[in-house]
Amino acid sequence: MKPAAFDYHAPLTPEAALALLATHGEDGKVLAGGQSLVPTMAFRLARPAVLIDINRIEALNFCRPEGEVLRVGALTRHARFETPVVTGPLGLLLADVVRNIAHTPIRSRGTMCGSLAHADPASEWCCTALTLGATLVAASTAGERLITAGDWFQSIFTTALQPNELLTEVRLPMLGSGWRCGFSEFNRRAGDFALAMAVVALQVEGGVIREARIGLGGVGATPILAAEAAALLVGQSPGEVVWSEAAERAATCFEPTEDINATPEYRRDLVRAVVKRALRKAVAT
Amino acid sequence: MTTQRITLTVNGMTHAIEVEPRRTLADTLRDQCGLTGTHLGCEHGVCGACTVIVDNQPVRSCLMFGIQAEGRSIRTVEGLADGATLSPLQQSFWDHHGLQCGFCTPGFLMLATWLLERETPIDEAELRHVLSSNLCRCTGYQNILKAVREAAKGLGKWVESAPA
Ligand SMILES: Cc1cc2nc3c(=O)[nH]c(=O)nc-3n(C[C@H](O)[C@H](O)[C@H](O)COP(=O)(O)OP(=O)(O)OC[C@H]3O[C@@H](n4cnc5c(N)ncnc54)[C@H](O)[C@@H]3O)c2cc1C
Ligand code: FES
Ligand code: FES
Repeated sequence: MKPAAFDYHAPLTPEAALALLATHGEDGKVLAGGQSLVPTMAFRLARPAVLIDINRIEALNFCRPEGEVLRVGALTRHARFETPVVTGPLGLLLADVVRNIAHTPIRSRGTMCGSLAHADPASEWCCTALTLGATLVAASTAGERLITAGDWFQSIFTTALQPNELLTEVRLPMLGSGWRCGFSEFNRRAGDFALAMAVVALQVEGGVIREARIGLGGVGATPILAAEAAALLVGQSPGEVVWSEAAERAATCFEPTEDINATPEYRRDLVRAVVKRALRKAVAT
Repeated sequence: MTTQRITLTVNGMTHAIEVEPRRTLADTLRDQCGLTGTHLGCEHGVCGACTVIVDNQPVRSCLMFGIQAEGRSIRTVEGLADGATLSPLQQSFWDHHGLQCGFCTPGFLMLATWLLERETPIDEAELRHVLSSNLCRCTGYQNILKAVREAAKGLGKWVESAPA
C-alpha cells in the first residue's frame, strides 16, 4: 500500500528540528533512515500527520571517539560501521554486528540511532548498546537528558524518549585493549531479524576474566543482560567448560517469547548456542 | 492533496515535477518522471525490485520519499545502456541467462552495478552477501550469481576466495 498523506518538514539544524518537535511531537514523527518507519506507513500501521525529516541536518552526521566514548550522531548510517570506525575491540565488534543487520541497501539508509529509537526486540544495535552500557542523548527545546541504555528500553517498540524529544546521539564506551568482544545470532534466512542473538564483552588480564557482560536480543520484549551468566565467568580462565556453564545459565535467565518462529524451549536452545559461539569468537579475536 | 514542486536529477537529466510528499521515490520515478524501469514488488523493503542508486549508494526506492531525493544524484536501470549498447553487466545477464520474467532484473542490475563500481575486489562470499539483498521468483539465483561473477571477472574485479 501507499503511505497516507502527511505534512513534510526538512529542517537544516537540530534547533529547527527541536522547535518542530515541540509543536508537532504528539502527532508527528521523526524520519531518519525510514527503513522501519516507511514500511509501517505503507502498511498504514502508522499515519503520522507530520514528518520531520532529519536527513538534511549535517550537524547530526558524526561518528568520532572523544575521551572514553565513541559519539555516534543521529545521521550515522548502519553502513558506516562496516569498516571499523575506531581501532581496537569496539570498532571490530561493530563491524561484525552490522553485517547481520538487514541487507546492503537497507544499511545505506538506516541509522544506528533510528534502530535505538525504534527499539525492535530483535535489533542488533539495541542488544549491543545495552550490553556495552551505552548512554543516549535525548534533546528537546528544554535541554538535554542523558539516559542509560538500561533505562532506555522499556518494552517492545517503547523507549524512554518523549514525543517532543530527538535522540541526537548515542555514546558507546571505548573499550580498552584488554577487552574482547563477540557476537552471534541465528536466523533462518540471510538478513532476517534474528530469533536469538548474543553480544559478549570480556576483559581478560593475565589469562583470567576480570569483567564480563552478556547481552541477549530477540528473546523477549527488550534486549536483556544475562548478568548471572556473566558473573559465572569472572575470575575464570577462558575455555569450553566455563562457556557451557555461562550459556546454560543464560538460557534459563529469561522468559522466552513464544511465536510462530520458535517455541520457548527452542529459543532457550538457540540462546545456549549463540552465547557459546559469541564467547568462542571473543577469545578467538 | 498538497503537492510540492521539486527537481530530480535522474541519470544526469533533470526533471522538474510536482509531487505529494507521501509519494515514494519509486512511485515518483514511475509516475512523475515516466521512468517505469524501476519495479515495485512488495513496497515495504523486502524484495529489492525497486533498488536504485542514490549518491553512489544502493537504496530501496520504496523506502524513501521522492521529495527526499531532491538535489541527489539518482541512477536507474534506464541509465545503464549506452543507446543500443548494453552495459557489460547487462550483457552478462543476457549471455548467462540471468533473467526469466525480468521483474526483479532492474533491482538486481542496480545492486550489482553498485557492487562492481566499488573499489574493493569481489569474492564469492561478498557476491553472495550483497546479492542476498534481493529476491527473484524465477531463476533460482544461480544464473544471476554467474552473470555478476562473470561481469566482475571481465572488469578485473574478481578474486578467488582463499581455500578453506
Ligand atoms: C527488509 C528489512 C529487514 C530489516 N532487518 C533488520 C535486522 O535484521 N535488524 C535490525 O536491527 N533492523 C532491521 N531492519 C530495520 C532497519 O535496521 C532500520 O534501519 C532501523 O530499525 C530504523 O532505523 P532508521 O534510521 O531507518 O529509522 P526510521 O525508520 O526513520 O525510524 C524508526 C522509528 O524511530 C524514530 N526515530 C528514528 N530516528 C530518531 C531520532 N534520532 N530521534 C527520535 N526518534 C527517531 C522514528 O520516528 C520511527 O518511529 C530491517 C528493515 C527492513 C526493511
Ligand atoms: S518494492 Fe521496494 S523492496 Fe520490494
Ligand atoms: S526473473 Fe522473474 S523474478 Fe527474477
